[in-house]
Order: sequence, then C-alpha cells, then structure tokens
Amino acid sequence: MSLITAVSGAPFARMLGVGSYSPARVVTNAEMCERIDSTDEWIRERSGITERRFAAPDETVADMAVAAASKALASAGITADQVDCVIVASVTHLKATPSAAAEVSHRLGAGRAPAFDISAACAGFCYGLSMAQDFIRGGSAKYVVVIGVEKLTDIVDPNDRSTAFLFADGAGAAVIGPSDTPAIGPTVWGADGSQLDAITMSGRYEDLRDDETAEYPHVVMQGQAVFRWAVHDMSIVAQQALDAAGITADQLDAFIPHQANLRIVDAMVRSLKLPADIPVARDIVTSGNTSAASIPLAMDHMLQAGQIRSGGLALLIGFGAGLAYAAQVVELP
Amino acid sequence: MAQSEQEILAGLADIVNEITGVAVADIASEKSFTDDLDIDSLSMVEVVMAAEEKFGVTIPDEEVKNLVTVGDAVSYIAKASA
Repeated sequence: MSLITAVSGAPFARMLGVGSYSPARVVTNAEMCERIDSTDEWIRERSGITERRFAAPDETVADMAVAAASKALASAGITADQVDCVIVASVTHLKATPSAAAEVSHRLGAGRAPAFDISAACAGFCYGLSMAQDFIRGGSAKYVVVIGVEKLTDIVDPNDRSTAFLFADGAGAAVIGPSDTPAIGPTVWGADGSQLDAITMSGRYEDLRDDETAEYPHVVMQGQAVFRWAVHDMSIVAQQALDAAGITADQLDAFIPHQANLRIVDAMVRSLKLPADIPVARDIVTSGNTSAASIPLAMDHMLQAGQIRSGGLALLIGFGAGLAYAAQVVELP
Repeated sequence: MAQSEQEILAGLADIVNEITGVAVADIASEKSFTDDLDIDSLSMVEVVMAAEEKFGVTIPDEEVKNLVTVGDAVSYIAKASA
C-alpha cells in the first residue's frame, strides 16, 4: 500500500463565464491598403475581413489578458482570490521569461495561484480548456482562468500582402470551475510536427544578435496548404469531437471555430453538413484572425449579441501552427 | 475504373459550378481557371479536394499550380485514375 495521499477533484468541469477585450483602434481595409498592394474587395473576397483591431504600441499581451480575464471573472461571479490556476495561451508574449501568466495572475489579484503560458498557436485556447477541465477533475485546482491573447501585429510584417491584412490583436478569457454534470466534452487534440513549415517564422530572434542586418522575424504561411489542411483534416477532427461527446450536429446550438479565415469557416460548415440555422461564429469579419484569442472572443461577442444562449451546446475547434489542433463540445456559460 | 475525358470534364464542371457558381456551360477545356473563370487560389483548393474525392485521385499541392486550364485538370485526373 502506498504511503502517498491522493486527491481527487470535482466529478466534472464547466465554463462559468467568458470575457473579452478588443483594442480601441479599428483598422479598416482601406488603411491596410496604404501599406500593402491590395484592395478592400480583394481582402473581403479572400478572408471575409472588413476591419480588425490593432493594439496600441505600448499595450502588452498581459494588459489585454488582464482586461479580458477581469470581465470573465465578473461574468462567472468568481473573485480573483478564488482562482487557483491561470493559463495564458499565446505566441506573442515576446519575452522568454518570466511568463505572461505570472504577471496576469498577480495583476488580477490571484495571489500565489500557479500560473504558466502555453504555446499551441491558434489551438491554444482549446488546449487550455482541456487542461483546465483535467486539473479540476484531478483535484489540482478548483477555479481556472484560461486566457487566449495575442498581439500579432508584433510578429506580422505590415508590408506582406499575403498576411498583413489577416492578423490582429485581442484577448478572450474563460473561467472554468467544478460541475455536477458533464459540460465540457472529451477533447480531440493533436499536433502534426511534419508540417512545421506550413505556418512558421521567417527567422529566429537570435539571428538579430548574431547579425545586425538580419531581418526582424515575422510570420510566414503557406496559405493553400493550410487552407486544405484546415478544411479537410479539421472537419474530420470536428466530427470526431462531436462523436466523442455523443452529440449530433442537429443538437448543436453554435459552431465556434477558430477565426482563421471566413472562407475556412464557410468550407467547414459545408463539410460538416451543419444544419443551416445553427449560429456560426463569423467574428473574423470585424476582429480579424486573433489566433489563440479568436474562439473566446467570438463566443463572448455572440453571447453579448444574443446570437447564442447560456446553456446551449457549442462545438469549438482551434487549429494552427504546429500544426496543432484541439476540438471539444462545451455547454455555453 | 477508368473514365473518359468527357466524363471527367462533366464531373469537374459540376464541382466547379457547385463551389464557385460558374455556369456549367461556361466550363470548357480551354478555359483558364484564374483568367477566364475567375477562380481564386482558395476556391481552387476546394475544387481540387472535391475532385480528389469524386475521382478517387490524389492531386498534391505542388501539382495544383500546373493546372492552369480546365483541360489540364481533366488530363491530370485521367492519367492519375488510369
């Protein structure tokens, strides 16, 4: 018999509240076209985007994360001192150490709650949600704050006509806590490292140390390869998440995929054969692609607009660089 | 089961019509996907994926850029499915 005392947690976990933060500055396609050789019509046709939000130069990932998490806590009715884990999903906290989460946790007032960052690109929020649920069920935490936050303008080349108009800044957060009934389905997740080059950086930051003339690293993407992977492979993963949860498409109240590109969203809806009347997140139109932030940002906007209701079932799927992906069915907070 | 190029053209025209809304009557062998039919790169990927499923062939990304005209795609599918 073991001498070690084991703990167990709540039977299940659920999202208790969401919150989001979008920077004040609205950037139209017309403004984008001052830097890139493109047109409003071309950008709308290729991505669905009409405008996006850019953070202020001195606005940090932690600033945006704190703003979104504060709203999520208020919406959940949970105080910061009850939080016992903070997870920040981001690829744009451009400081190797310490983590953004440690700063966010401190600024929220979460005391000595464990805090750390995860790097799973656009799948980051769904990765975090899966971890939060397992922490709560495993007895490691009771209330977990998961934040997806990005300041992609820091890693995008503003002159690159194939990516500059796509990416934007923002934050979305959720509070996850104990539940007596299942409210977060099994996560179908993975990462295909054989496709590292599909979405990657043009260089490494240490290149700048070694060569002062080196180009500042920025995101590069093989658009067609990513599009094919997203539409084909991710529709399969989304279906697997439905199957794993024992839910059929007609039982869904919302489909909230990562807001990569409106064309990907629409192609996934066709591929999954979702009923025509299900609300689908199309937040990319006014928010752009905010990577890890896009799912909670879209969820919050849809709840605020009354497009979806608390208690409804939503299929979430995040997918991006890595190529990392994660999908689950959740009961909306 | 090998299909004739005419059958492939007809099947491909249905796919292009379904994805892009281009009229079936406008889809002919000599038409360029980009210049004549105004099909952008993302729609082209969707057409390719649908064609792969319909004709049971594989069309790698690096081949897609060589498929300039509808006829190029028909020939490629005919060869790949032979």
